[in-house]
Amino acid sequence: MSLNYETKTYDVLVIGAGGAGLRAAIEASSQGVSVALVTKSLLGKAHTVMAEGGMAAALGNVDSADGPNPHYKDTIRGGKYLSNWKMARIHAEEAADQVRLLEKWGAVFDRTPDGKILQRPFGGHTYRRLAHVGDRTGLELIRTLQDKGIHCGIDVHMECSMTHLLKDGDQISGAFGYWRESGRFILLNAKSVILATGGIGKAYKVTSNSWEYTADGQAMALEMGAELIDMEFLQFHPTGMVCPPSVKGILVTEAVRGEGGKLTNALGERFMKNYDPERMELSTRDIVAKAIYEENKAGRGSPNGGVFLDISHRGADYIKRKLPSMYHQFLELGDIDITKGPMEVGPTMHYTMGGVRVDPETQETTTVKGLYAAGEISGGLHGANRLGGNSLSDLIVFGRRAGLHAAERAKSMPNLPKIDEELVKKHAAQIIAPFDRVTDPNAETPYQIQADLQELMSSKVGIVREDEGLREALVELDKLSERAQNCRVDGSRAYNPGWHLSHDIHNMILTSKVVTACALQRTESRGGHTRLDFEKPDSTQWRFRNSCVSLKEDGSLNVGYYEKYQMPTEYRDLFDKEDETSFVTANGKI
Amino acid sequence: MMMSASTGVVDREFHVFRGSPDENGEHVGEFKSYQIPVQPGWVVLDALLWLQAEQVSDLAIRWNCKAAKCGSCSAEVNGLPSLMCKTRLDHMPVDQPVMVRPMRTFPLIKDLVTDVSWNYEVNKKITPFTPINDDQPSWRYYQEDADRVQEFRKCIECFICQNVCHVIRHHRKFNEFAGPRFLIRLASLEMHPLDKADRLKFIKEEAGIGLCNITKCCTDRCPEEIRITDNAIIPLKERVVDRYYDPITMLLHKIGIM
Repeated sequence: MSLNYETKTYDVLVIGAGGAGLRAAIEASSQGVSVALVTKSLLGKAHTVMAEGGMAAALGNVDSADGPNPHYKDTIRGGKYLSNWKMARIHAEEAADQVRLLEKWGAVFDRTPDGKILQRPFGGHTYRRLAHVGDRTGLELIRTLQDKGIHCGIDVHMECSMTHLLKDGDQISGAFGYWRESGRFILLNAKSVILATGGIGKAYKVTSNSWEYTADGQAMALEMGAELIDMEFLQFHPTGMVCPPSVKGILVTEAVRGEGGKLTNALGERFMKNYDPERMELSTRDIVAKAIYEENKAGRGSPNGGVFLDISHRGADYIKRKLPSMYHQFLELGDIDITKGPMEVGPTMHYTMGGVRVDPETQETTTVKGLYAAGEISGGLHGANRLGGNSLSDLIVFGRRAGLHAAERAKSMPNLPKIDEELVKKHAAQIIAPFDRVTDPNAETPYQIQADLQELMSSKVGIVREDEGLREALVELDKLSERAQNCRVDGSRAYNPGWHLSHDIHNMILTSKVVTACALQRTESRGGHTRLDFEKPDSTQWRFRNSCVSLKEDGSLNVGYYEKYQMPTEYRDLFDKEDETSFVTANGKI
Repeated sequence: MMMSASTGVVDREFHVFRGSPDENGEHVGEFKSYQIPVQPGWVVLDALLWLQAEQVSDLAIRWNCKAAKCGSCSAEVNGLPSLMCKTRLDHMPVDQPVMVRPMRTFPLIKDLVTDVSWNYEVNKKITPFTPINDDQPSWRYYQEDADRVQEFRKCIECFICQNVCHVIRHHRKFNEFAGPRFLIRLASLEMHPLDKADRLKFIKEEAGIGLCNITKCCTDRCPEEIRITDNAIIPLKERVVDRYYDPITMLLHKIGIM
């Protein structure tokens, strides 16, 4: 098989065309540099379209007391004090302007009675803060950016997968991969590279994430020498569909609770009163997810292992107007009319809080010059738990910053970095190696390996973890690595999903090891990380530490942590003295 | 048909198109028959993903979200252009095979995947949103004004409307007609309360709105239930008629008053 590849050159290469990637590409392009935007899917299909409830920004249109300070405090509290304070500050200060800018670019948000952008309440947000469009805010965001982006002179390469990043000395020089349609190789030589590849949900069996979430960016960055932080913190969204089994995991927007939806257990109790009596259903996602887990453990779950969520008291007209896609989703996929009765919901793997360690202002990685990360793939903003609505605002705030700084860097460089052609050929040979095993009777297809990975991560590194299971998972992950290295691919290189998965599975396994190792290291429960053997938050040590993982030369993981950056006094003074303890819930867990 | 009483799993026959394009992108291939153990609640995409994982690892399918939000998995199921992720198998007769083929209007890439890049080219020709008062920090307009536009902005770009439209499917007017998808995009811009661009000439001459003869096939198959014909195309046709075919307006235009 041919190892030949075509080469294209750009100032800035953006990998991933969801909200963060598109926003970054638009910003970079506006700085007058040449930009390529590469996506595994078609443009406008990225996982951002699945975001439903809204985009958090302190516009103060509905509650005039809102502003950057309350948004900042909510984000830090929601993140259980582990967020990078500077990212949280930038996010709170810039989100509102970025939302207004989207409107200038054509987004049509729902309106207040006096004609301003309407904002809805959401878990963990003190004020009504989420700018939204019914329950399809992500679609509005991505379509707005898409329709803006196609007039910005950006080269969009659709259905193009990147498998390796490339370096020239200590700086980034581009990325290598293949066109999905033909299977032919492509090399993109660039001065700056922005990773905007999203999360890792497809390592889990029950997830709200689309097939694309295969941890490509996390694995490529790690292999390039970047650090991953806070990777033990995964968000299990409390409300995914649970029935029928084929739809298990599909997201049920938090907006259902934002619009007044009530959660009840099999006894008909509004059980959130036992976990977070003040905020009830609008508690943070980590707390609601764990509450649902506890209710099921105590035998008070719904027939299919979830709980009930009821919005029918708001009336059919209101529900169809504010939650139209939920109405259709349940009617068509679950045979349930949510205007008449409750839905059954349960936790689903939804979001990766941790990610690539970046400079909070420029989004450049701490260890690889010219490599940037924005959106879900970057770590820091959300700490141990993300508030609903803070993801879409994260994308546009930090996507813009990554695009700006990547372009500035490119402008300061007279020449393109060099490409090591021998190494590129080596990568090419590695990617097509599974075709050689087509006749090997012992070689398996990557699908079975992915199914086993999903089973393993869901059962041992899922919503609850403990020492023994995590250790077993690390051993199992090594075995899965070995199997993945020996998997086979049938057919040709033309649009061959089995072949695509044969490399994606490597990314998922490597990143799963990082998640597991970080989960083992953190001997406490906090946010999206719950240890059965360390049930409480540790306010003496782990409260002040962010996990940090890099790759050693031999390919093994270097697992450690760094001391959390101290918030300056002016911001610390915004919080009450005993702020952390005030957020410990009734059962003693954060 | 085999059914397991305990699990509700039913073995069902699928005829799935497998093929590659010829040099013109025409669909060349054949339907292959597969037995698939269908679980309760499964949609067509579940069955094909099972087939891919268990038997045909190189079966080309385009999909993303499996929740009817991204519009990637459009295909023709038993002759009806549909999203495979929301087409329930238990709503189809169990004694007949399920036929799945790619969207026939677009050139084939492989198996169930077609080349929809033409749509992206059409979109580029449309004058983007051009706000009236760009310098104001924030805007006010009312939900009633947003409603009309928001209906069109529900579009998930599955291109099923483009696929069923006979102007494109049978008459192959790729160069003269923008198709329902982009007529609703044009409508969303023209009806935006704060847009000031004038796209009527484009709508008439390049988007070819006159070619639509209101058979409403697009509306019938739209998975988002957008009333494409009634709410977008007909109002745009009326605007074009008012501008270009009303005798008084034509006269006023001619003497330069309008």
